[in-house]
Amino acid sequence: MRIRAGRDHGYGGDGSPAAASAASGAGAASGAGAGAPVRRPARRLRGWGGVGAMAAACALTAAVVLLPLAQAAPDGVGPGAVRPPATMALAPATPADTCQDPEASLRPGGVDGPAVERIRKAGKLVAGVDQNSFKWGYRKPDGHLDGFDIALVKAIAKDILGDENAVIYRAIPTSQRIPALKENRVDIVVRTMTINCKRLEDVAFSTAYFEAGQQVLAPKGSPITGYDTSLNGRKICTAAGSTAEAALKSQSYGSVPVSVANQLDCLVRLQLGEVDGIITDNALAAGQAAQDPSVQLVGSPFTREFYGVAMNKDAGDLVRRVNKVLENYRAGGNDSPWMQAYRTHLEAVLPNVTAPPAPKYRDG
Amino acid sequence: MTEGEVTVAITSRAPAPGGGVSTTPAAGPPAPPPAPPGPRTAWAEGVERLRAAATTEPGRLRIIGAVLAALVLLFGTSAVWEVSDRVTAAEDVVGHSQPLSADAASLYRSLADADTASSSGFLAGAQEPREVRERYEKDIANASRLLVNAAANTDAGGDSRKEIALLGQQLPRYTGLIEQARATNRQGLPLGGAYLRYANEQMSTVLLPAAQRLYEAETGRLYKDYDDARSWPAVATLTGLLALGALVWAQRRNYRRTNRVFNHGLVAATAAAAVVLLWLTVGQTLARSGLSEARSGGQESLKVLNDARIASLQARAGENLTLIARGAVLAEDKTSDKYDVEFTKNMKELDSGLATALRLADDSSGRRPVQQAVDGVAQWKRRHAAARETDMRGDYELALPQVIGDKDHKDSSGASFDTVDASLEQAVAHEQEQFTQAARGGLGALGGLVTGSAALAVIGAAAALLGIGRRLSEYR
Repeated sequence: MRIRAGRDHGYGGDGSPAAASAASGAGAASGAGAGAPVRRPARRLRGWGGVGAMAAACALTAAVVLLPLAQAAPDGVGPGAVRPPATMALAPATPADTCQDPEASLRPGGVDGPAVERIRKAGKLVAGVDQNSFKWGYRKPDGHLDGFDIALVKAIAKDILGDENAVIYRAIPTSQRIPALKENRVDIVVRTMTINCKRLEDVAFSTAYFEAGQQVLAPKGSPITGYDTSLNGRKICTAAGSTAEAALKSQSYGSVPVSVANQLDCLVRLQLGEVDGIITDNALAAGQAAQDPSVQLVGSPFTREFYGVAMNKDAGDLVRRVNKVLENYRAGGNDSPWMQAYRTHLEAVLPNVTAPPAPKYRDG
Repeated sequence: MTEGEVTVAITSRAPAPGGGVSTTPAAGPPAPPPAPPGPRTAWAEGVERLRAAATTEPGRLRIIGAVLAALVLLFGTSAVWEVSDRVTAAEDVVGHSQPLSADAASLYRSLADADTASSSGFLAGAQEPREVRERYEKDIANASRLLVNAAANTDAGGDSRKEIALLGQQLPRYTGLIEQARATNRQGLPLGGAYLRYANEQMSTVLLPAAQRLYEAETGRLYKDYDDARSWPAVATLTGLLALGALVWAQRRNYRRTNRVFNHGLVAATAAAAVVLLWLTVGQTLARSGLSEARSGGQESLKVLNDARIASLQARAGENLTLIARGAVLAEDKTSDKYDVEFTKNMKELDSGLATALRLADDSSGRRPVQQAVDGVAQWKRRHAAARETDMRGDYELALPQVIGDKDHKDSSGASFDTVDASLEQAVAHEQEQFTQAARGGLGALGGLVTGSAALAVIGAAAALLGIGRRLSEYR
């Protein structure tokens, strides 16, 4: 298991959302590499021997590395990290990957290169987005696209072209995200897309614009309290090929796993009473909770994965430009555009996020 | 003893004591030979008397007359019995089992059509066109009606009942999922699409296979009725030949003994028996050919066309769902879109079904709608490819009207599908008519045969008795 000194930078005491979403507010205590257990709720310690957990986590991580899940993962539920269960108290796991720091991106810059030039010439930014991901990229009843991802696309268009509406939205299917970029059919893809090493072989990513993690979604009033022993005997739904499915396979807490094609299908099964709970990426789970007020996220996320804006691998100038946009997007503390978009689209269903994830950069 | 009498002993065995025993009961009523009462058993007495009668010519004549009349009546009875069986089976084909099979096909199609209509309506969003909704409602109403009808009328056995019960349970569940999908979609929630996909899965994995099994069971029942109607009336043919043989022998014997060429009664009886046998042969042959034509020219084509139609409906549903699911569900190869794969698969089935239908179509008016459907499918494929390309490019706003059509996109793939569907409907109607015509023709060939053979047999028996009676009177 690779230890990720650098990752804690993004996690540590700069008010990252991970700390915030862990709902303990103690994120600042987690120093680089120190792996202090402070923020973990004590109850998650139950039933876990440190050694056993470590072994389980390593095995799981290895399994995820080996499984070529990238293509099969629907809607950003990519092969993310299965974070060692909270007891581990080590630094949060990296996405199970083969490269160092996948979410470290090029430093921001405002110098126009050929990619930005081309967008300017076209007068329109061509953005690949989702239209079925509630609160992220979805069609409102009036037919217009809206959501957290869409707001970011608008900010990028405004920066490059001076007009947030100078965008051609391409509602691309999941499987077309990478081909569309490689063939330059779209300039950017903002589609709850998880940054990982496998995808970095084909495309370039901006800095992370959102941190997500696997979390349990259950009906309000359900005895299920999180990814723990309260799952015992319950039917838990996951998307086939997702990180959540792999996690349940390795540690089911006595639950009965039910696998469906897509994470949203889980909500259908839950509403029909065929399952008792759902495990999925909390960002997408938030979209589910927004469509059904009677369900809610419970417990804390037990993995970390980052969403990034994907671009053509050769569009270095565009990556820098988007990173510059993201810098501005994050700036302004509580009134930053990022926080405003968060409050508009996500806060109601994914509360307690106090700041965007801190960017990480690499040189070269 | 003449040669003739020896022959009798072998063929009809009437005068021989042993043979007399076997025919006496049948011969009893028409030619009342010795009446029983006596101290010994009636049977032994009868045998005794018969034996005594066979020693004199009038006695022999009485026995011969009784046997002839009995044979002619036996022939008539077996003809009536066997032909009415075939008439019933042929009537079942035309009036019962074929309609039930057609109803099962219609149920199958209504379900597939409802699924297609619901996905089309869903794609159009809050502005779901009224006629699409009406089509869905009509399909569901039709399916429910046919289901009740099938439950009341089926006699294809326990398996059919099981399928009907399953369909009865699952149909309300399906409509519930569709309404949930619609209501959620109208609020603009992507969850609606997930409900629609779930409903589609229920339809294609539970309801449609059950409907298909029901259709096949009913069609199997129909084919059984065909076989019953087409089976040759062997007993009647045999007894007919026997009766004719006996009549010819009796006349020959008569000629030898009296040198009179014709005995009017016996000639009339022979004519009656011959007419019945001929009528039976010709009528049954015609009925067989009519029914065979109904089966090969109508029913087989109907089956192929129905299957093609289901494939076209499912292909259309797959095309719609590709736009709805947006790659959310992958096929087994983990890379292609499940619904796109299903579209391709169903289109392939549609192609091969239409090719078979074209081969089976036996006249130009049957071939025309099928050819139209073939052309429609080619156009549909072209338009689908264009729409799919647009969609893969990410231009959903353009791909949508390319698939469902609007006032600026008359050349949508949906319009091609409508052409295919209408042509197939026409082809089905044509084949159904061909079937009914041919089967009715077959049934008509048996018309009057039952009454006719009964009447002629009675006349023939009476004539035989009269003829023998005339000879007998010469001994008084």
